[in-house]
Amino acid sequence: MSATLLSFYRSLLAGDSPALATEPFLERAPLELRDWFVQLLPAPLQWLVHSLISIAAILAIFGFFFAFLTIAERKLLGRLQNRLGPNRAGLPWAKNLKLFGLTQPFADAVKALTKEDIVPANADKLLHFLAPVVVCGFSLTTFAVLPFGREIIPVDLDAAVLYFFAAGSATELAIFMAGWSSRNKYSLLAAMRALAQLISYELPLLLSTVPVVLLAGTLSTREIVLAQGGWTFGVIPHWNILTPWGAAGFMIFLVSALAETNRSPFDLPEAESELIAGHLTEYSGFKYALFFMAEYFGMTALCGLGVTLFLGGWQAPCAFLEFIPSYAWFGAKLCLLILGLIWIRGTLLRLRIDQLTRLSWKFLVPLALINLANAAFWSLTADLPLPGRIVRWLVALALVAIPFVTLGRRLSAGLAPRTYRYAP
Amino acid sequence: MTAALLFLGALMLGSAILAFTRRNLIHSALLLILTWSSVAGFYLWAGAEFIAFAQLLIYVGAVSMIVLFAVLLTRRSLEDPLAAPAPRSRRVGAVLAGGAVAGVLVATVLGTPSAPAAASAPMLTVKQIGLQLMSAHAASLLVVGVILTVALIGATVIAATDRTPGKEDQP
Repeated sequence: MSATLLSFYRSLLAGDSPALATEPFLERAPLELRDWFVQLLPAPLQWLVHSLISIAAILAIFGFFFAFLTIAERKLLGRLQNRLGPNRAGLPWAKNLKLFGLTQPFADAVKALTKEDIVPANADKLLHFLAPVVVCGFSLTTFAVLPFGREIIPVDLDAAVLYFFAAGSATELAIFMAGWSSRNKYSLLAAMRALAQLISYELPLLLSTVPVVLLAGTLSTREIVLAQGGWTFGVIPHWNILTPWGAAGFMIFLVSALAETNRSPFDLPEAESELIAGHLTEYSGFKYALFFMAEYFGMTALCGLGVTLFLGGWQAPCAFLEFIPSYAWFGAKLCLLILGLIWIRGTLLRLRIDQLTRLSWKFLVPLALINLANAAFWSLTADLPLPGRIVRWLVALALVAIPFVTLGRRLSAGLAPRTYRYAP
Repeated sequence: MTAALLFLGALMLGSAILAFTRRNLIHSALLLILTWSSVAGFYLWAGAEFIAFAQLLIYVGAVSMIVLFAVLLTRRSLEDPLAAPAPRSRRVGAVLAGGAVAGVLVATVLGTPSAPAAASAPMLTVKQIGLQLMSAHAASLLVVGVILTVALIGATVIAATDRTPGKEDQP
């Protein structure tokens, strides 16, 4: 678009990063492949194709990731609930081959595409159409700043963390558009509830990422990951989650991310077993599928940000495991985190709306603020001799743990233990 | 370069004008949000990515919600447009207020000495912006923070009602 951007792409094309040539083959294979393809094209098209390839790669990889995430979730939830989950979908030309039902997502996609798309007669047609487009488009743009590997980052922005949240904030707008344009009281009310939830949890989500930015001294995701490099004794990584403020921040981040993406136990905007479908009541067919897709994209992107900020991004956990390419580590951590979320979904019960907002405003926000002060303490006492470091670790741990316990005790006072009365 | 600027300008002005002419307040609000987004696009065009993302985060993410909630909570019906023509006093007031704001803006724009165009746009990193804010502009930053806190507390005080729990509120 602008000249600076153009020159940026040109510089990318010229020699990529100078460090690339010294990387092991597997590390640079995806980039070499891209450069080889770009070189085949005429020069004026190169910068355009260069970025189009990144976009296509994100769409393809995370599209398939979404497809197989749905089947993994259904299978795993089935296991957690002592049933089998989908295992029938096979291939149409090989009737005897079941493949554990792994082709289920494609059957689901065909079903969603061929379903009738019903638009209410009085609906605001344009907004009703725009809402799923906006939510899906913006949730995809958040992937642009995640560093998937040592050299693989689609757009290396200076204010990447800010970009991530700016792109994600359009979801709220889309939910409002969906609820309002349906011309349905239940949709509108549910959209308001969903917005209340999103607004409440945006605050702890943002506050929990601030300590990481504070300690790394940058908003760039690439540099945040680089700041977490290195190992103590070659086996203990310097990831943020292994510090007291990082562990607390990660827990707050995870809970808020669950709420931001409408995941169980915070899935009350479209509580399947209680409400009809919340703000999605009047959506059917592929538009509903787009909302569903956007939810999973959002979840994947937030987990990717969690991996980047707290779990060391693409860094290997031990020094001797560095021969495995960096993007494999990122993918493994991402999958682990998402499996954890599925496990949580299968375990915890849904909250009530007042419990939900109370948890955010009375518990997570104060804890996140205290954690911010804790991170400031950590950065002020950065260079100490060894005994001082141990004291600093203990003090920081106390700064997190004591408010957590006292606040938790105070808020849950009089609520437990629950007494169950059974009919005689 | 210029084409992008023209496109952004057209989007900005077009959505702003459309927002004025819509009878439906929700449409107006959504068009206003489009205007804010195109302002963010303009910042991006000008190379100020930090401001652009902050604009998106604050206006499209937060202020838009305030506007939409305000519209939904204050209007009795979403479809009742302001049917009656505004009384004369209101029209005079509107012209006076608008004229005053326009006058101040024009006077400021005309009064500011135009700086000679820099040879190249300054490329500030977020870190430099942060250091500037915390050192040279720390006082104004603090004042803004205090004002926002006061607004927040005021909103809570207004919103909080001293409702005595009735019989049905008992668990």
